[in-house]
Amino acid sequence: MSVRDAGERRSLRLGDAGLLLLFVVLAWQALYEAVGEVALTPPVATLANAGALLRSPVFWGHAGATASAFTASLAIGAAAGVAAGLALGFRRFSGLVAEPILTSLYTLPKVTLYPLVLLVFGLGLSAKIAFGVMHGVIPVILFTMNAVRNVDPVHLKTARALNLTALQTAATILAPAVAPEIFTGLRVGFSLTLLGVIIGEMFASQRGLGFMIINGINTHNVPTMMAVILLIVAFAVAAGTLLLVADHKLHRRR
Amino acid sequence: MPATGDPRARLSGVTKVFDTGNRQGTVHALGPVDLDLAAGEFVTVVGPSGCGKTTLLETLAGLTSPSAGTVAFEGKPVLGKVPRGIGIVFQEDASLPWLTVWDNIAFGLRRAGLAADEIRARVDYAVSFMGLGAFAAAYPAQLSGGMRQRVCIARTLVLQPRLILLDEPFGALDQQTRLLMGDEVLRLWRETKASVLLITHAIDEAVMLADRVGILSARPGRFIELVETGWPASRSSRIVAEEAFGRLTAHIWSKLRVEAMKALGRVGEVSRAGP
Repeated sequence: MSVRDAGERRSLRLGDAGLLLLFVVLAWQALYEAVGEVALTPPVATLANAGALLRSPVFWGHAGATASAFTASLAIGAAAGVAAGLALGFRRFSGLVAEPILTSLYTLPKVTLYPLVLLVFGLGLSAKIAFGVMHGVIPVILFTMNAVRNVDPVHLKTARALNLTALQTAATILAPAVAPEIFTGLRVGFSLTLLGVIIGEMFASQRGLGFMIINGINTHNVPTMMAVILLIVAFAVAAGTLLLVADHKLHRRR
Repeated sequence: MPATGDPRARLSGVTKVFDTGNRQGTVHALGPVDLDLAAGEFVTVVGPSGCGKTTLLETLAGLTSPSAGTVAFEGKPVLGKVPRGIGIVFQEDASLPWLTVWDNIAFGLRRAGLAADEIRARVDYAVSFMGLGAFAAAYPAQLSGGMRQRVCIARTLVLQPRLILLDEPFGALDQQTRLLMGDEVLRLWRETKASVLLITHAIDEAVMLADRVGILSARPGRFIELVETGWPASRSSRIVAEEAFGRLTAHIWSKLRVEAMKALGRVGEVSRAGP
């Protein structure tokens, strides 16, 4: 493809993104006109409130609590998910048994289990982390397991033909072969872990952005609630886009 | 170094029986097969589908062990692993999609721990020898099937094998590309002075390339005949126009036709139709 084509496609995509953004803002404004200040703040005012929040230490205290819970959840979910996925991928029979179980757990609304999580882990940080892990770990397991299953047998035969040691085979054939799929799993796990942590903070927690949202509803502080939601959405969309771009880069050569 | 008098490779009474792991029990896939590959000799093996061609190659390579019989490379028994000095090119595309063409070709050398400048010299040579110069920095996904197979051949070539095993390397390519790739393999064979064993289902390819053509029977594969072609070492795909080529091809087909029909399960028709 020529440079000009690439440039044209890029501006086309940016144009589409701009249109989508415009549509969202207009719909938001229209909804505000319909339901009024009791439920919503309009886009421009929300942006201003979000700017003010970013300068307040109270917000950063809650954001820090969410960030540490999210980081811990993601680390545990990624490590446990990749480990379990590798084990289930290499043990074909265990993988076949585990797959339908994992898929049904994946579709189960985890909120139904939250009372149980609270009883087991108690109120506070550990319950939030556990709830985040519950959301994020299953896609990581499923993607990792399939990555291992999909390793091309001829690549393993090549490793034997070249007399590679087990360590060389793992490092130079298996690892690069499974990396893109595992990355996709981690990308999906990232979004779901964030979801789990924020839902976790909405109930039975006194800290974090999820708590700020639910507290905004309870004290009828609509401006703060809307501003927090806007900031979370902005973070999730930005992080998700970056991960998606990296994901496509990794998969492009396949 | 091989002891004098030993062939480059020797299969003696090699038999392979697979356990199917179900009620059918076992499948006798191959043999017994005897074959001596002389130093610098080019042998091709043709046979009907399912006759154990690939098993023959994998047994000779040490990728699978025979149920009975012995395999030797340069006088030493081949046991459970691929001996140094044997290079293998598979039927499937075995290029590594995450590496560039250049890094694919260097892959085996790097794992073997050669010095960087030695690797560079060998890979650069193989890249130009296989006509991959314009694609050295490309990834396999950007190449055609024929080009990818060249990458796999080059990756084997740089290891300077003394025995090259090719398992239907052009099976997935179109007829014209196959003939041209055949010329490449002949050029490579003359250049490296290696012994070559090439498995194929294409009779023209088998006749054009080989010093000797081994004809395998339907499963379990046994050699029905080893045909000397008598070609000069300087041969190329042009010999397909020669009268001897037509005669050899016709002879091999007359032998193979019966076996191919057996493989299709049409034994009755064979006996009715006669020779």
